[in-house]
Amino acid sequence: MPQKLPHSSGRVLRWLGVASLPCLLAAGFAVSGGWLSPHRVTQNTLIAALQGVDGKHPGFRRNHAKGVCVTGWFEGNGTASALSTSSFLEARRVPVIGRFALAGGMPYQGDAPGKVRSLGLSLRGADGQEWRMGINDIPVFPVRTPEEFQALQLAVRPNPATGKPDPAQVQAFRAAHPWLASAGAALAKRPITSGFENDTYRSLDSFLLQDAKGHVTAVRYAMVPEETDVTIPALSGENALFERLANAIAAHPLRWTLVFTVAGPGDVIDDPSREWSGQDRQIEGGILTIDRIESEETGSCTGITYDPLILPPGVSASGDPVLQARSAAYMRSFAERSREPRPVPAVTPATLETKSQDKAS
Amino acid sequence: MSRPDVFSGPSRLLHWLMVVLILTMLFVGVFMASGAGPHYHMLVSFHRPLGIAILLLAIVRLINRRFNPPPALPADLPRVMSLVAKASHWALYVLMITLPLVGWAMLSAGGYPIPLWGQSLLLPPILPHDATVWGWLRLTHTVLAFGLFGLIMAHAGAALFHFLIRGDRVMQSMTGMPSDPAE
Repeated sequence: MPQKLPHSSGRVLRWLGVASLPCLLAAGFAVSGGWLSPHRVTQNTLIAALQGVDGKHPGFRRNHAKGVCVTGWFEGNGTASALSTSSFLEARRVPVIGRFALAGGMPYQGDAPGKVRSLGLSLRGADGQEWRMGINDIPVFPVRTPEEFQALQLAVRPNPATGKPDPAQVQAFRAAHPWLASAGAALAKRPITSGFENDTYRSLDSFLLQDAKGHVTAVRYAMVPEETDVTIPALSGENALFERLANAIAAHPLRWTLVFTVAGPGDVIDDPSREWSGQDRQIEGGILTIDRIESEETGSCTGITYDPLILPPGVSASGDPVLQARSAAYMRSFAERSREPRPVPAVTPATLETKSQDKAS
Repeated sequence: MSRPDVFSGPSRLLHWLMVVLILTMLFVGVFMASGAGPHYHMLVSFHRPLGIAILLLAIVRLINRRFNPPPALPADLPRVMSLVAKASHWALYVLMITLPLVGWAMLSAGGYPIPLWGQSLLLPPILPHDATVWGWLRLTHTVLAFGLFGLIMAHAGAALFHFLIRGDRVMQSMTGMPSDPAE
């Protein structure tokens, strides 16, 4: 038996050798996949944080869950072609598939006027190029990074006992992020319009425009409504804002001007929580016209994720980390909701049908 | 009529080039598919052309295999092992081809533009826009990627098994080491 020992220990070593390479690969894979870094902010942790606030609603977008599809067109005016080679900014018309929504993960929330409203847009070029936008009616983003976004969601998570955020948690978040105080103040004093139809939607994140010589200009952009003074009577009810939008579109096509704001010397480009100076140069890029509204049940916006990093040549992302996290989390949300049974949205074809009949009668 | 006991030069070049590309692809893939970090978009933009390169190289490899057949497995290899070896090699080929195709198809069904290089060069969609199809293909892409990774682990382990346990020359047929120092 003693003679056999070296032989058998050699055999064990050789089997360890066989296992070494697969184990090394597995370890590398686990590191890359983030399984060994549980505190990393990932697509799943961001979505879980959102669901911690608003609950799980299968089949709906994980954020901006309540919405309605619209279609129309965008017509560039050529002015912004001085800054970008994008064909969308030339004087030509492209079709648009859009979506108006309320921020938050609750698909059946009531339309309170103070809720954040958003507009998703897909500008569709004839050559297969697209420019997608996900823009909001707030002056700045409340946070600077995905990590802060997740921390904020965890801080405003409703306390199971009261159903409301714990003020101490919110206060602790504010105290730990004093640099977000100016964003909080800007958000608190933002003007609130009477509806989706006369609201201004802003990119919040910055983008880079490239001209034909490769010169790069950092911009933010906004869709500014043509009519700010809308004379539609106020509606009430759970879907008041959406019904009002349907009425406005039924009355006549709605128009917004795409306005670029060029970063000035003091403006922080990669931080969406920081306002830019009011002195910046502005350039009108074209007109967005929305002439049709449809429920998500039948509309074509449902199969589109408004990923802000789907950009045409001539436009690219700034270094803003929130843009990257939005692109990643939207992909995850889009994949998950698309596998879930298709739910009935709050705004159904019947909701919109009733409104147009009301108008006719 | 005995076949050489090492893979041909082109076969070895293709194999080792694809080792680098596929491992890079899998590691980048598993990192970006969970992550939300500052390099997300750059990695996704790198993942697409790399996948197409692997698809094309896999096809080149299948053609090359017709002209440069692999050396025979050792005659004394148990029949079950020989069957598993052959089946796993074909499974590797199938995954090298289907994974990029599923990736391309899922982005098509998701209604995503599919830039191949920079922003200007777009791949045409290979499926109509259908979000449900996108959702399931996106999951299939992940499952197949884990399957490919598992096969690669088994493949690497099997090569070392031949070298360290059986002491045959199967691993050297791909590393290209001379079959006998005395030769």
